[in-house]
Amino acid sequence: MKPIVLVIATVTLMFSVTFAAFSQDAPSADEIVAKANHAAYYQGKSGRADVKMTITDSQNRTREREFTILRKNMDEKDQEQRFFVYFNSPADVRKMVFMVWKHIGQDDDRWLYLPDLDLVKRIAASDKRTSFVGSTFFYEDVSGRNPALDTHELVETTDVYYVLKSTPKDAKGVEFAYYKTWIHKETFIPVQTMYYDESGKEYRKYTALAVEPVDGIQTVVKGQMEDLRSGTTTVNEYANVKYNLDFPDDIFSERYLRKPPREYLR
Amino acid sequence: MRTQNDPYISKDASILEPRLQLETERTFSGFAFDTAADFYYDGVLDDALIDLRRASVSYSPFDFMDIRMGRQILTWGTGDMIFINDLFPKDWQAFFIGRDVEYLKAPSDALKTSFFTDWFNVDVVYTPQFDNDRYIRGERLSYWSDALGRRAGESDPVIVNKPDDWFQNDEAALRIYRTIASYEVALYGYRGYWKSMAGQDPLSGAALFPPLSAYGASVRGSVGPGIGNLELGYYDSEDDSHGDNPFIRNSEFRFLAGYEQELAKNLTGAVQYYLEAMMDYGAYRNTLPAGIRPHDENRYVLTFRLTRLLFDQDLTLSYFTYYSPSDQDAYMRFNAHYKVTDALAVEAGANWFLGREENTFFGQFEKNTNVYAAVRYSF
Repeated sequence: MKPIVLVIATVTLMFSVTFAAFSQDAPSADEIVAKANHAAYYQGKSGRADVKMTITDSQNRTREREFTILRKNMDEKDQEQRFFVYFNSPADVRKMVFMVWKHIGQDDDRWLYLPDLDLVKRIAASDKRTSFVGSTFFYEDVSGRNPALDTHELVETTDVYYVLKSTPKDAKGVEFAYYKTWIHKETFIPVQTMYYDESGKEYRKYTALAVEPVDGIQTVVKGQMEDLRSGTTTVNEYANVKYNLDFPDDIFSERYLRKPPREYLR
Repeated sequence: MRTQNDPYISKDASILEPRLQLETERTFSGFAFDTAADFYYDGVLDDALIDLRRASVSYSPFDFMDIRMGRQILTWGTGDMIFINDLFPKDWQAFFIGRDVEYLKAPSDALKTSFFTDWFNVDVVYTPQFDNDRYIRGERLSYWSDALGRRAGESDPVIVNKPDDWFQNDEAALRIYRTIASYEVALYGYRGYWKSMAGQDPLSGAALFPPLSAYGASVRGSVGPGIGNLELGYYDSEDDSHGDNPFIRNSEFRFLAGYEQELAKNLTGAVQYYLEAMMDYGAYRNTLPAGIRPHDENRYVLTFRLTRLLFDQDLTLSYFTYYSPSDQDAYMRFNAHYKVTDALAVEAGANWFLGREENTFFGQFEKNTNVYAAVRYSF
């Protein structure tokens, strides 16, 4: 009997040591992802930013887009959100508005307002992994990918980062085999994300280039997405970032598509 | 360029114009002033023209109320290039010759008042002097004339008797709408005139814009993986309420069902079914003067749209077609638009009309098939 008791005691001890180690040093992968998702997309109850997007292709030709994003969280579970994206340039898209009611577990509702026609259009696009306004950022990179769509594992913990490997639960409809995210241990900001294809080759890379505190919240003010295959890179610079603005829910409605809410856009 | 010889139009070009659009926007203590004007030289008609597209002031006197007064572009309803309850002026000629699609909407000189409540929203648009469509007049595109019994062109002047007394010949349009769980639901009303010619004075032969009232409803929202919409309307042609006046267009019921879906990455497809049903067809046929070709009781149209984005969305290929199995005619629009830089875009396209008969909606334009090219610099 003695050896068995010893074995059980040893196993119990090992479990409690492991458990203690995780609870003190490393939260679970899902907890890290939830905090990173919050840090990247859900800070404050609402937010605004002026975004300057510079797209540079492999031949160094550049295109620029400037737009203002207004964002409001519609619950406290880091799920439902609304976005209002008002374009300032280039000139052919000036005053266009892209509005999103983001949902978890079903397709987002998306609208586009075309000022020259005074037309409010519904957008049927359901693929979230297509280019956002012709850049290397995908729609999903801007609005956030639902963490529940992937299985996350903590593959490495360095002095500064948790490194997570995320594998899609449903490989259909995504172009990656898996991706790895380097998440800052204190701020939980995803500092780098690398996407891998089926052969394990890197082909797409996100890097947070600059982080600054805004209203006490650590905020990415410059981010970059590289398409390693085509050589096209997009840099987003965020200016005039503000959090917890008191805008009413109806900012995200047809009324303000037709008549942009200037007090929040400048 | 016109692609066919047309006995009624001598010109080879359908569109030839340098065009400059300037716009300004100023806000002054809550009042927003919005102006846009097009300066262009029309090489087909040999004329220098100014088209004031927008000149309006908007203001919100209360939290729940917006006002916009002046020249403005107005749009509502759920159709894609088909309008039932949107009875604001269109410019079909611009659409048919390949001007940018923004010119399909002609401006209105109107007062738009909007009210917003927690239950529903209301738009009221009052136009003190009737704004008709910019209709096909024959100087650039030939069209079917019931009166002449043939297609009419540049040497057939259009005599129009347009209701144009201020505050007498006015228009009022109403929309009540709300969003219910991301489905957009709306009711519409209109009191004014047929927007394009829909009647004829039997004595003078002048084309008329008879009085019209319209009532309708629409809903739009997600259906499966795409967006679906339904819209219907009843057009009450008040001067021909029994359908027995052969010189005034009959009352009609109009119906539209549409669906749009992303078919693959950067490829979107859409279909629509559209019906125009004459209300008093028996009376129409009984009173139609001999020699005039009758229209069908029901005209229905299918539309298809395909849009493909390529090269980092710099190149847009689009195909849109109207096809009417009842009229046996079709209108196909092809367009390729390439953004060379952020400021410079080039595009080319074609407007292709097909028809078995000369008097159907698209068939009448068969000889007006055209191709076009454009360069656009935006600043």
